[in-house]
Amino acid sequence: MAAFLGLFRRDLSLALRQGGDTGLVLGFFVLAVILFPFGVGPEPEVLQRIGAGIIWVAALLAALLSLDRLFEADYRDGELDLLTLSNLPLELAVLAKCAAHWVATGLPLALTSPFLALLVDLDPGAIAILFVSLLVGTPALSLIGSVAAALSLGARRQGVVLSLLVLPLYIPPLIFGAGAVEASAVDGGARAYLLILCAISLAALAFCPWASAAALRQALE
Amino acid sequence: MTEPAPDLVAEALACRRGERLVFAGLSFRLSAGGALLLTGTNGSGKTSLLRVLATLIRPAEGRLIWGARPVEAEGAVYRAQLDFVGHQDGVKPGLTPREVLAFWVALRGIERSRVPRLVEAALAAFALDGVADWPCRWLSAGQRRRIALARLVAAPASMWLLDEPTSALDHENQSRLERAIAEHRASGGRVVVASHSPIDLGVVAATLTLDAFALPPDYAIAG
Repeated sequence: MAAFLGLFRRDLSLALRQGGDTGLVLGFFVLAVILFPFGVGPEPEVLQRIGAGIIWVAALLAALLSLDRLFEADYRDGELDLLTLSNLPLELAVLAKCAAHWVATGLPLALTSPFLALLVDLDPGAIAILFVSLLVGTPALSLIGSVAAALSLGARRQGVVLSLLVLPLYIPPLIFGAGAVEASAVDGGARAYLLILCAISLAALAFCPWASAAALRQALE
Repeated sequence: MTEPAPDLVAEALACRRGERLVFAGLSFRLSAGGALLLTGTNGSGKTSLLRVLATLIRPAEGRLIWGARPVEAEGAVYRAQLDFVGHQDGVKPGLTPREVLAFWVALRGIERSRVPRLVEAALAAFALDGVADWPCRWLSAGQRRRIALARLVAAPASMWLLDEPTSALDHENQSRLERAIAEHRASGGRVVVASHSPIDLGVVAATLTLDAFALPPDYAIAG
């Protein structure tokens, strides 16, 4: 447990300290959402209609932006070798890194989303649902992303390979995340969508650490 | 009294990198307190052998036995008694040496109350006290190397696997390393060092020249 917390704390402080990861991700998220009104025009009806989708897609891309850093630095500087020799099973090490990644990216994305929702003129009920959907959906983004990050380790042009691997896998959370906000127009309609989103995150929690750890072992050989 | 740690025995190890067998038919026995020096030309498989010993690479042929059982069967128990210093130092530019070592000690599952004392001792062993709170990006290659080596002292394990540990080290720090190895061996630890620069491992160190286990270029392997 001490080892798990140690890894979690170190990854988190690295992400926050270099200012890089969290700041970049949030900056990208905000800018990407702001671009849309320029592209599709400022009519409130249009923005309201597509707002939740825009914010979810921007959140996916922002999360993707930071994924290549998940194992890359540890792989390059040899610390991944050391992790496999620690008392922490590699599966738990992956989990600790995903948890730190989520706190450094997914959580800030969810916390920023209500302000961006105001920009696209969502109504208060929909904003609340959007916030909850990102809160329960972003853990799946970190976990699914970890598998792709581990698989693409050592590849030339890792960022591109990573995007091609991970974006198709992000479709289910996107459908149910954006769908929840759409369904919130009907009273209680969002509930089923949010529950499915929770299920996706839990399934990712159960499956992804094993898949990532296997891919990491392969990358180290 | 704890019973003496079992021997590590390698039986006819072979290692494949890509399409090529780097070495084959390599056997040795390493008992508690023993040292093994790996020498050989570039590409003769020194690093590969160390990574096989660290269970990072599976051997293509042969077995690695610890005590009575193959190391794969021991898994985490075997790995918990390894310390590995590879080519790379595993030092994050954004952290300080103190943080790097404290993280490593925590990763080894040592309880929190003992961490600061172990870290201090390790910093002192490689004369890193003066730079302990600088970010590692300010440090030289030799200083980073010393952080990697200080890990050995911070969370002691019984078998050290060292890959070119003296690279970037000055004369004085090489003696610090040799002293640390001598103390480690005196307390029953063992060490495997790959090096092509001279290093003093003490009196009874065995030397394994990997070129002797290389295969002719046209050697075909089954499977």
